Order: sequence, then C-alpha cells, then structure tokens
Amino acid sequence: MNNVKHITGALLIVLVIWQAIVSLSGWNEALLPTPWRTLQGFGELISDGVLALDIYDSLRRFVIGYTSSVVIAMLLGLVLGWYQRIWGYLNPIAQVLRPVSPMAWLPFIVLFFGIGEMPALVIIFIAAFFPVLLATVAAVQSLEPVYLKVARNFGIGQPQLLFKIILPAVFPRIATGLHLALGTAWVFLVAGEMVGAQSGLGFLIIDARNNLRADLLMDAIITIGVLGLGLDALVRCLEHWIYRRWGLTPLNR
Amino acid sequence: MSYIEIKDVTRTYPLRGQTFTALSQVDLAIERGEFICLLGPSGCGKSTLLNMLAGFDRPTTGSLTIDGQPVTAPTIKYVTIFQNYGLLPWRTVEHNVELGLESLGRPAAERRAIAEKYLELVGLSNFRDRHPAELSGGMQQRVAIARALAVDPEILFMDEPFAALDALTRMKLQDEISAICREQHKTIIFVTHDIDEAIVLADRIVIMTPNPGHIKSIINVDLHGRRDRTSPDFLHIRDQVFTEFSLKPEDKTEYYI
Repeated sequence: MNNVKHITGALLIVLVIWQAIVSLSGWNEALLPTPWRTLQGFGELISDGVLALDIYDSLRRFVIGYTSSVVIAMLLGLVLGWYQRIWGYLNPIAQVLRPVSPMAWLPFIVLFFGIGEMPALVIIFIAAFFPVLLATVAAVQSLEPVYLKVARNFGIGQPQLLFKIILPAVFPRIATGLHLALGTAWVFLVAGEMVGAQSGLGFLIIDARNNLRADLLMDAIITIGVLGLGLDALVRCLEHWIYRRWGLTPLNR
Repeated sequence: MSYIEIKDVTRTYPLRGQTFTALSQVDLAIERGEFICLLGPSGCGKSTLLNMLAGFDRPTTGSLTIDGQPVTAPTIKYVTIFQNYGLLPWRTVEHNVELGLESLGRPAAERRAIAEKYLELVGLSNFRDRHPAELSGGMQQRVAIARALAVDPEILFMDEPFAALDALTRMKLQDEISAICREQHKTIIFVTHDIDEAIVLADRIVIMTPNPGHIKSIINVDLHGRRDRTSPDFLHIRDQVFTEFSLKPEDKTEYYI
C-alpha cells in the first residue's frame, strides 16, 4: 500500500514539474511535448500497433542477447576461475576490454556483422558479458575450500564438479553480476537498435526524432524505463526462485 | 603390519622466507576398528596429521600407508567429517546424504533407501526434505555423519567435528558417534582439543604438543562399556592427561621469542 502511495506521489511530482517547464519555457510544443500530448502519442502508438511490435522486437533481441551472453560468460567464468593459470593470462585482456563502451566497437561490429538485427544483439552481448564473467571468476576463486574437499573425498571429478558443486556454491555471488549486467545491457539495447534496425524501441526513438515527433520520443523513453524496471523485477523473481529451489540465502541479507 | 602406519612423518611449510615445521617425526600404528583421538592444543599438528591421512595433504618426508597402500589422494573408502560440516546448502538433507552414492553409481531407488536408513540411524528421518540452513548445528553434523556412513567407508576421519556445538549437544553427539561407530565397526581418527571428549570417545588418546608438532605420548583408555563422565576411572584418566599437558612450560617461552 505504501508502495502505491510512493509511486503515485512520484508520478504527480514529475507531471507537475514537466508541465511547469513546458508552460514557463515557452518552447515549441513540437520540441518539448506536454504530458497530455505525450499521452495522446501513446494512444496513437498503441492503436496502430507500432508500440506492441517495437516492444516485442526489443524484448526478443534483449532476451537473445542477454541470455546468450550470460550463459557463455558464466560457463567461461566457471572454467577460467577454476583454471587460474589460464586466467592469469586472460585477466589483463578482460581488464582492458571491460571499461570500453560497447558502442565504441560499432564500426567493427558493422564490418563483421552488417547492419540490421545483429549489431543490437552483439552490443547487448558485449554489455552483459564482462560484468558476469568477472563476477563468476571472482566467485569461483573465493569458493569455500570445504566444498572442494568434500567433492574430492566423495570422488566427484570434472565436469560434475563444476555443475554439481561449484556453480550452485558460487551462484549467490554471481547473482550480483547478473543484476549489473541486466541494467547495462538494457541501456545499450537502445543504442544497438539505432544502427540499421528497422524496429524496436531504439528505432522508435530514431524514427520519432527524424519525424520531429517529440511526443513519440517521450513515449519511447517512458516505455524503455518502465520495461527496464519490469525486467529487473523479473530477474529478481527468478533469482529468488533459484534461492528457494536451492535453499540458499542471498548474499546481502 | 598395522592397518594404518605412520612412519617418521614430517611436514614443513615455507612461512615468510623460513621453514615452519608443523609436524616433526611422527610414528604411529593404528589397528583396524580402533577409535583414536588426536588430542592437543592448536598448532600441535593434529589437523595436519589428519589431513595427510585423509589424502588432502602430503608429508614432506616419511611415509603413510593405509592397508599397505601409500596415501596419495582422498578416496571414498575413507571419509572426512569437518568442523563446519561441509554440507551442500542447495541440497536437501536427503540429497546431501546421497552425494557419495551418486559417485558410486548407485541407482536412484537404492540411493534413497540407503539415505533413509542412515537418516533414521542419526534420528533425522523427519527432516529429509529440509535444507541444511533450516537445521541446528548438531543436526547438520548428524547429516554429515549420515552422509559419511552412507558410502560404508572403512575409516572416518573427524576434524574437531563437535567444536562448534554447545556443550550439551556435544555430549549427546559424542555418545551417539561412539555407539554408531562401534556398532558399524569403523576405524575412527578423531581430532579434538577437548580432553573430556577424547576420554569419552577414544580407545587410545594420542597426546600431541606444539613447537614443533609431535606426539608426546599415547594413553590407553580402558573404560569398558558405557562411559560415565563422573566415574573414578574417568577422572583417573583425566588426571593422567592433565599431567601430560602441564609438563612442558618451556614450549611457551620458545614460542614467544
């Protein structure tokens, strides 16, 4: 109930400030839409089905890009965390690549993958990859030694050791990386879709800008924000399900 | 030849550019079915010795054999029980007990039957679907004991298994493990720093002292049948152990220099 109160309050504050800026600044409504225009824009986008289609395409790309990135980064992180000698050589490379914005790779991505669907996927992939990889490697390296002793004692060898013991043991630590990666990847979805994609929320933003439809631009921004929030809640649910399933306690509790 | 033979075993570690001797020239022979307690203060090398017997560590010099075979790596024939239980928190109690049986390739139905049998033995049948975090420390250690017994090992290595438990739970578990292990004819090597615990449990108490870790003496415990912690025999042995430990004051002076 408190939540509802807070959200309603926040919404009211935003609307008042927004309307005040529009009214007081005197900018052209084509450049800065009123809340009411924006709402009408939503009506337009929903009624001609554009919004649903764009949301669908964006989510599809996000799910493919994020899932493949997270799965590969986790597998790689488990193996590299385990074989520390190899990681010794790869760690400097990862540390150099990690702070580079995925967008910087864009010309090369276009060179390798062309334009359209792939750049968005690749950029999401890169954005999610490093947080998860580094979190997994760190988690494996700080694994409680007693689990490994038990595994050795009971004759559990590779690859069962990785999946039966190490992965569940380090999962609570990886979860932090998964969260971080989700936010980053969602941010870069829009950037990725600005390159040659013919659909999606990123395309909607470009399209609205090109057509001087500031109201639709605002609609796209709001949609991205709300969906990002929703995705975060979804991953949180999934995480809690895994915690319950495995009888684990989350790290920061 | 004895079942377990420890011959002239020394273990050293490099420590800040120097060599630290954790265990020096240890000789010990243990027979099948014996309950041995390694008793001593921290730093006496008792856990180091246990770790080497269990195959987690290797001696720097000397030899360790079990049943005529040199110890090189842990095996499922000899199971270790740890102070912090070593249960897998994401598995239910029953699946924890089944862990070793999975490695042995037993079919699921058989695994369940064996797990059930040993959970009953340690009195946890009603908790088989719980996760370890939902159990008390004493119950968790019972699960670890059931998990160890489930693979029918010849030897149980126990590394201060009850040190984290409260005194009353500890005494209860001592009686239980004593009864269970003698009933199942296991050989037990039990590390502890608790004098009473050693007397209640052991057939022989191996007294160890630090700087460097070595065996000072071995005390035979001839308390037959159920061990009464207040009987004169018990107190007599207790007195013997106290005498053994208070004899070495120069150890401490050496340590602080």
